[in-house]
Formats: sequence, structure tokens, C-alpha cells
Amino acid sequence: MEKMLVSPSPHIHAKRSTTSIMVDVIIALMPAVIVSILFYGWSELMILAVSVVSCVLIEWLIAKFLFKRAELFTPSAAAVTGLLLAMNLPSTTPWWIAVIGALFAIGVVKMSFGGLGQNLFNPAIAGRVFLLISFPQQMTDWTAAPGFIHTTDAISGATLLGVYGEGGMEALQALGYPLDTSLFFDIGGSAGEISSIALLVGFAYLLIRKVVKPWIPLSIFGTVALISGIFYLADPMTFTGPAFNLLTGGMILGSCFMATDYVTSPMSTWGGVIFGVGIGLIVMMIRYFGSYPEGMSFAILIMNCFVPLLNMAFHQKKYGRA
Amino acid sequence: MGGVHPNDSKLARECRIETLPLPPVVYVSMAQHLGAPAKPVVTVGDFVKVGQVIAEPGGFISAYVHSPVSGTVKSIGPRKDLAGNFQTHVEIAVEGDVWMDGIDRSDKLVKEIPEDREEILKKIQMGGVVGLGGATFPAHVKLNPPAGKVAECLILNGTECEPFLTSDHRIMLERPREILVGAAIMQKVLGGCRCVVGIEENKPEAIAAMRAALSELGFPDMSVQVLKKKYPQGGEKQLIDAVMHRQVRSGGLPIDVGAVVQNVGTSLAVYEAVQKNKPLITNVLTVTGDDVPVSMQHNYLFRIGMPLSYIIGVAGGRPQQAAKIISGGPMMGKAISNLEATTVKGTSAILYLSEDQTRRQEAGYCIRCGRCADACPMGLEPFLLYRLTRVADLDGLEKNAVQDCIECGCCLYSCPANIPLLDYIRQSKGQVLGIIRSRNVKK
Repeated sequence: MEKMLVSPSPHIHAKRSTTSIMVDVIIALMPAVIVSILFYGWSELMILAVSVVSCVLIEWLIAKFLFKRAELFTPSAAAVTGLLLAMNLPSTTPWWIAVIGALFAIGVVKMSFGGLGQNLFNPAIAGRVFLLISFPQQMTDWTAAPGFIHTTDAISGATLLGVYGEGGMEALQALGYPLDTSLFFDIGGSAGEISSIALLVGFAYLLIRKVVKPWIPLSIFGTVALISGIFYLADPMTFTGPAFNLLTGGMILGSCFMATDYVTSPMSTWGGVIFGVGIGLIVMMIRYFGSYPEGMSFAILIMNCFVPLLNMAFHQKKYGRA
Repeated sequence: MGGVHPNDSKLARECRIETLPLPPVVYVSMAQHLGAPAKPVVTVGDFVKVGQVIAEPGGFISAYVHSPVSGTVKSIGPRKDLAGNFQTHVEIAVEGDVWMDGIDRSDKLVKEIPEDREEILKKIQMGGVVGLGGATFPAHVKLNPPAGKVAECLILNGTECEPFLTSDHRIMLERPREILVGAAIMQKVLGGCRCVVGIEENKPEAIAAMRAALSELGFPDMSVQVLKKKYPQGGEKQLIDAVMHRQVRSGGLPIDVGAVVQNVGTSLAVYEAVQKNKPLITNVLTVTGDDVPVSMQHNYLFRIGMPLSYIIGVAGGRPQQAAKIISGGPMMGKAISNLEATTVKGTSAILYLSEDQTRRQEAGYCIRCGRCADACPMGLEPFLLYRLTRVADLDGLEKNAVQDCIECGCCLYSCPANIPLLDYIRQSKGQVLGIIRSRNVKK
């Protein structure tokens, strides 16, 4: 008799794989990547390439030679980390700093916890924060070489949030409170903050492909809008408003692409909502009262710590159990 | 709640029901229902007619088995079923096609339902009727709720939510009136509850046929409800939720919320047993598969005891690309390791799947995407049950309701890391159920 396959049910599969999900995330990041290359030119392309290649290479080396378990190497997931890390760096970052960031993100934050699915913190954000603390000067130098498209004469040395952090509302108003620019591109910043529209287009793709659900970003946006709305109404001469806070810095990249990371966000809807509210609260406290101009990274990392607790506290509703 | 949306692949939906010719020999299993195997009451050398009792129930939850053919009993002994487990089979060499007296083989619709409830139940039991939706639970037990429990709604399951299967679809198209009379009989037995026929929206012809038959027959308290296409819409608990908006409590029975669910095929079997004196010896199965030529797609009226290899031969042989052959649907069916196994009352399909379609991919690492939890129609968290199974945390498993798993396969189907979630869950579910049972015994 001919050979027959025998295995327990089910006998078919949705044919959705981890790799195809990661590829979808990469596709979703492409609009913002392309816009950032257009504005920041070759140096941005270089930093993206260095970061992605180092993340993939470092993961392969660790899996193959340190763990001696090649199956721990997931190139697509490492590439996503590499892309996100680069999108959090100024385009002028020296290449070796990106390599150090990749080493920390993949080597320390991801692989030392056991690799894919095991890490407590978002590798790209932890990598970025590690670099921010280690190389504060290079990490906040937003003077970019002109790219392929020029809409203003020059790209100055500070982000909108940086201007506000340094000089408060007065400095911001001296610039004319240029909110509209950040929809397309910031006066300065990293690839991940240059174009809110490009990022939202990518996020819409993720929603359509059912890669992520909208609850975490929505609860972050809602919290940020609420808190900054209250402060802005109370004292518009001191505090920035909701639109400003939603459209500047890492708000959209962080909310849509990093706080939604499967591994480091809660599994349940309500857990995700609390996670998002926590991020929104922390980021606004840092932006208004902290010593750093931007707080998305810290907010996400702090809330990452609560994910195991949130997973224990919140479960989805079961059939036939009140 | 939960569910997945595989391609429904109803390739044989246009194929009329054909009657399979008789094979030279049949092997009738004594274990073709849930519960205790039946006990043979014939001996080697006996001549049996079609419809003659050849085995009696082996316990309270058990069923009569009748001869599907006329001929001589050649042997009674162990034989492998489709999974390779030995079961007692009665081997009958076919001689002619002589039916028992009193069986009405005409197509004439008999509408008048017997008055006596006990007589109907007796006929259903004597006819060996079991649930044909998958579990093959003896029908007379389910239709006779324990004292104090009242049936409010009989739900007739015509969802056929498993991809590929079309046998229920075909009987709803070709025998709608008989199915509805069967339902009316069951309503009577249950004391006059209402009846809802649930059909998935992807079968508009069946919905139309059942509605037309219903208005022709004019039964009160009976309606056809169109349901969303979603697997497992036809799961007993899911169907009760969809039709009655009630949920059966964990560990409870449908009758606790006033529901009795029967498959449309069971309803047809009840009709034949009660109105035609014909015991359950035939059923309809689908022979199908992707890339299988149309000439080899069939819906067959088969008799129990027919070797699967014989049916595959009649249908045109095993297709080249068939790497796995399944008895039943692709989500809950059983992979066949022994083609010499024979049809039983509940056989619903012979499904060919190609290597590409069905070969399991190597398992990766959980990325905590939550797809399994989204897909679970019981609201369980398969990723968590998997982790708890790996560390053998039986208390944690019970707390997280592993015992509620209906083994529908949605978790494994949707896992992007190809982790065999259900394999793990089945294992721990068995253990936890064992613990719960022994604890209840001690009480």
C-alpha cells in the first residue's frame, strides 16, 4: 500500500506564518522609510542598512555559535527590530553607534532572554534608550544633511519637542508653532517621527492585514489627548495641546508599531487598554515635567514591565462561565 | 465568540446523491456509536436480511446495530478500524438484497406522526438511531431528557460548517420534507417545543429548499434560521449560543438551558425509523478533495460496513496527489491509516488532502500574537494551556478551563508558529477530566 500521512486533527492550516507577519510589518514601515530617505538622503539609507544588517547578523551569530541552536534565528523578526531601531536614530548617527545599539537590542534584550517570544522589553526601544543614555550628544543631534526633497531651506538642529523642552512655549511660538509640518515632515528628527501620515498609512495596512488590533494605540492616543487637553485648557501659555502631542516625536511610531509588539504587550484587550493608558500617562508626565523632551521610549519600557502582571490579571471571557 | 474562516471548499455541492452498489462482503463494526459497543446476537452461518438486528446495546449508552445487507454471517471477530484499533466486526457475505418485512422502501412521504410518545422513542431506539453530526450519541437518550429538565427548543443542525463536506447540504436539497417530518417527530417526543433549523449562509439553495418544504408542510413552531458562515458554527454549544443566545455552563448539558441539538441527518434517520420502519443502516457521505477531478467528486448513499477502499474504488480510485485521506472534515475528521476499515453510521466523508495542504510545518516559537485565543470558540487561551501543559501544571490547567476544550482545532489552524497547540491540550484535557471525575466519585 502507498504511504499515507497520519496526524491528529486539524488537517489544514491558515498558512499564516511568523515570517509572513513580520514581512507585513516591514511592508507597513516602508512608507515612512521611503519618506525619511527622501528627506534625509544617503545618510538615512546608510543608517537603516547598517542597523538592519547588524541586527540580523548578530542574531544569527548568537543563535549559531553561542546557543548552537540555529532554529532560534528568525531573520524577519530581527530585520523588524533593525528597522525600528534605525527609525529611532538621527540620520547623522555614526554607523558604529547603530551597531552598538543593535548589539544591545538583539544580544542583551532579546537573545539573553531566550530569543523570539521570550524578551520582556521591546528590543528596538531598549536599544534606543541604551544609546540615548550612552551617547547623549550624538543621539540628540538632529542637524541633518539635506536629502532629495527640500521644503524648507535647512533642517535645524532640534525637534519640535526639543524646542519645547528647552525653551518652553515661547520658543515654540517663535517658530510659529509649526504643527502642520509634522504631518509630513518634522523640522528635525528621526525617520520614525518625520511623517505622521506615512506612519498612519502603514498602520492602516497592519489593521487591514489583521496583524494588530487598534486598542493599544487608541488608548494611548485617547489618554494623551485627554491629559494634554486638560493641561492646555488650564494654561495654554505653558502646556502644549493635544494635536501637538499626538503628532510630534515618537508618538505614532511608538504607539502603532512598538507598543503593539506582540511579545511585549498584553494578550487581552482590557490588558492592552490599561497598558495603553499607562503609556499615555507616563509620556505626558515626561513631556511636561521630565528632563527629557520626549518620553515615548521610557513610557513603553516602563509599561513593558507590567505586561506579565496584566496577562495574569486579564483573561478573555470564556464560554459558559460567568 | 472566536471561530475561524477557512475556505469552505464545497466542491461536491452540485453532485446529486448516488446510491453505491453493494460490495461482495461487508464488515459491520460493533462500535459505531458513542458508549458501550453493541453485543452481536447472530452466529456464524446465520442468514440475515437487510434491516435485521445483528447486535443489541451493550449498555445504557449504546445502540442496536442492524444488518445493512442480506447474506450469510461469515465471521464475528476483531478487525481494525480506520485508526488501526481492533473492534469486533460482523462479516457478512452479500447474497441478493432481501429486506425485512415491514420496512417501507417507497419514496412516499408519510406525514402522520404516531400519537404515542413512548412508541416513537421505542422505534428510534430499536432503529439504532444515533446522532450523525459527529459524536454518534444514541438519539433516544438525548431525546429523553431526565426528569425536571424541559426542552424549550429543538435545534436542527444544518450548518455543515466543516469545509468540503456537502452530505448535509445534499439531503437538505433532496429530502427536505422527510427531514422536517423527522423534526416534528422529535418535537413531539420532547413535549412540543419549538424547532429552529440552523443553516449557514453559504448554502442558499438548502435554505430555500428547507423553507419551501416548511411552507408546504405548514408545521407550526418551526422556522429556518440563517447563520453566519464561521467554523465551528455547528458546534453544539456555539449553535445554542447563536440560536438561543444562551450558553451552556461548563460541564453542563444543552438540556440545562432548554436546548436539544440534532443534526439534519439524524432527523432524516428518525423519520425513516419511525415512519418507514427502516433502521439506521444507510447514510450519505461526500468523496471530495482539492484538485480532484469533478468525475471523482461524489455524494454517496452508502450502507454501513462497506470497506473504504471499496468506495474509493467505485469513486474512481485514489487521486495521485492524495497524501492524507480523512474520514470526515479537515478540521475534526480522523486521518485514515487503514483503508480496509469500513463505513459506520456516522461516516460523513472521504476527503483527500495533498501533501502541500496538510503536511504540518515544523513548530517555531510562540510570539504571543494571541491568534489562538481570538480563534477559540470557547474563549480559552490555548497559548496559556500549552505553556501550562509543558510544565504539567494541572491545577493551572483546570483553573484555565482546559476541560472546556471542544477540540475544534481553531487554535492549531491559526497558529503562525505552527505550534501543535491542540495536541498538547488534548493530552492535558484528558488528565484534568480524569482528575475531575475521580474527585466527583469521592464526593
